[in-house]
Amino acid sequence: MHVIHSGNVNVNTQGDYAPVTEEMGVRLPLLALLAKEPAHGYELKQALELTFGAAYPSPNIGQIYVTLGRLEKDGLVRAVAVEQSNRPNKKVYYLTEDGREALTTWADGIVEGPRVRDEFFMKLVLAPMTGIADRSALIGRQTRHFLGIMRDLHHLAETTPPEDRFAHLLIEGAMLHLQADLDWLERCREELT
Amino acid sequence: MSNDPVVRTVNLVKIYQNGGVPVPAVRGIDLSVEPGSFTAITGPSGSGKSTLVHMLGGLDPRTSGEIWMSGKRVDTLSESAWALLRRERIGLVFQFFNLIGNMTVADNVELPALLAGATPREARERREYLLGELGLADRADDSPTRLAGGEQQRVALARALANRPSLLLADEPTGNLDSRNTRDVLRLLSQVHKDGQTIIMVTHDARVASLADRLVTLLDGQIVDDGSIPAPRRRPLGRAGDVIELHG
Ligand SMILES: Nc1ncnc2c1ncn2[C@@H]1O[C@H](COP(=O)(O)OP(=O)(O)O)[C@@H](O)[C@H]1O
Ligand SMILES: [Mg+2]
Repeated sequence: MHVIHSGNVNVNTQGDYAPVTEEMGVRLPLLALLAKEPAHGYELKQALELTFGAAYPSPNIGQIYVTLGRLEKDGLVRAVAVEQSNRPNKKVYYLTEDGREALTTWADGIVEGPRVRDEFFMKLVLAPMTGIADRSALIGRQTRHFLGIMRDLHHLAETTPPEDRFAHLLIEGAMLHLQADLDWLERCREELT
Repeated sequence: MSNDPVVRTVNLVKIYQNGGVPVPAVRGIDLSVEPGSFTAITGPSGSGKSTLVHMLGGLDPRTSGEIWMSGKRVDTLSESAWALLRRERIGLVFQFFNLIGNMTVADNVELPALLAGATPREARERREYLLGELGLADRADDSPTRLAGGEQQRVALARALANRPSLLLADEPTGNLDSRNTRDVLRLLSQVHKDGQTIIMVTHDARVASLADRLVTLLDGQIVDDGSIPAPRRRPLGRAGDVIELHG
């Protein structure tokens, strides 16, 4: 997979959106929410929605329970059963010492800078050896493809409510990445064609 | 309406003379632009983009080749005939804005419409709409000389659109804008495109270029890529979170 990473916006060059690591995706937001107060799974889902707005992929309750289960197994959270009148017990999760430490380590750590692990780059370098692909055509097609993704992001920005600031920042981040990719393609054209 | 291309060039060439040394800026461009289309032109600095659009606007004479507009040959026109053509059909936004310093912003924008025969009321309504869309309503009574570069650039765009020109020619029209102002310009350009006006625009801003139907890339005065901007293969994004994918 060829992915351009930075923070938690991962836009790959096929126009798909690549998976963030599990750490960033679900585990750490859950740890962070539990650092504030113990909560059950459904409350966590709601808190995620409230915190991130549209900037978060629709949190899936099954995914949240699976992740909580793994966090529990790793000793980062613990669950207590709370009795409810005329309903099954519900599990309330809280953060352990280890969990707090993992969260602090994550929050204090630096984030890898953007890196290009790019299949396109391989194609570009190897193009003359394959005898099929001409570099100028490769660059042109890729450029126009990126612009198609940009149009999609632009549409997304237009349809996202202005008050959802995190969502807009996320979209803007993805757009700036694309702009950098396009500038880079232009440099490739200047140097290689 | 005729089906002729709005713009067609045949082996268009421009060679500048730089102290006796010939500088080939545009080297044989064949370009055909259909009515209602939005073409973005890109390419590295010095690749001939400005020279090309200046020739299309009649601001710089070609060295050889032909330029046709809506079925009529125009590269042979006199300067005054070009001026008339621009007034009637072409809106220009170039890097030198040529705003008139001793007239207000409002008058600068209304002038082309008035010259083209609009009533004062039509010209005013159009100006109010354009300045409003570009976030400049409160600068209407200022002199353009008191505006920042990005504001002047937007006034130049409003002026270029005052006449609803059938062709908008623009050279880096968002070069001086921050992202909020760029957003206003993008919205207006989408509207102009939707209204069926033809747009040819030099731009390095991917957000602007992404609104176009077609991207033409120049290198050393020649077209090296020319194709449509495709829709992404995947389903369109539904919400910002679709930019991320989670694995739990
Ligand atoms: N008035 C001029 N006199 C001499 N050379 C010029 C003139 N205008 C542009 N050029 C040269 O023509 C080439 C293309 O310039 P230009 O069209 O401005 O490129 P772009 O807009 O793509 O940056 C460059 O090499 C530039 O130096
Ligand atoms: Mg230029």
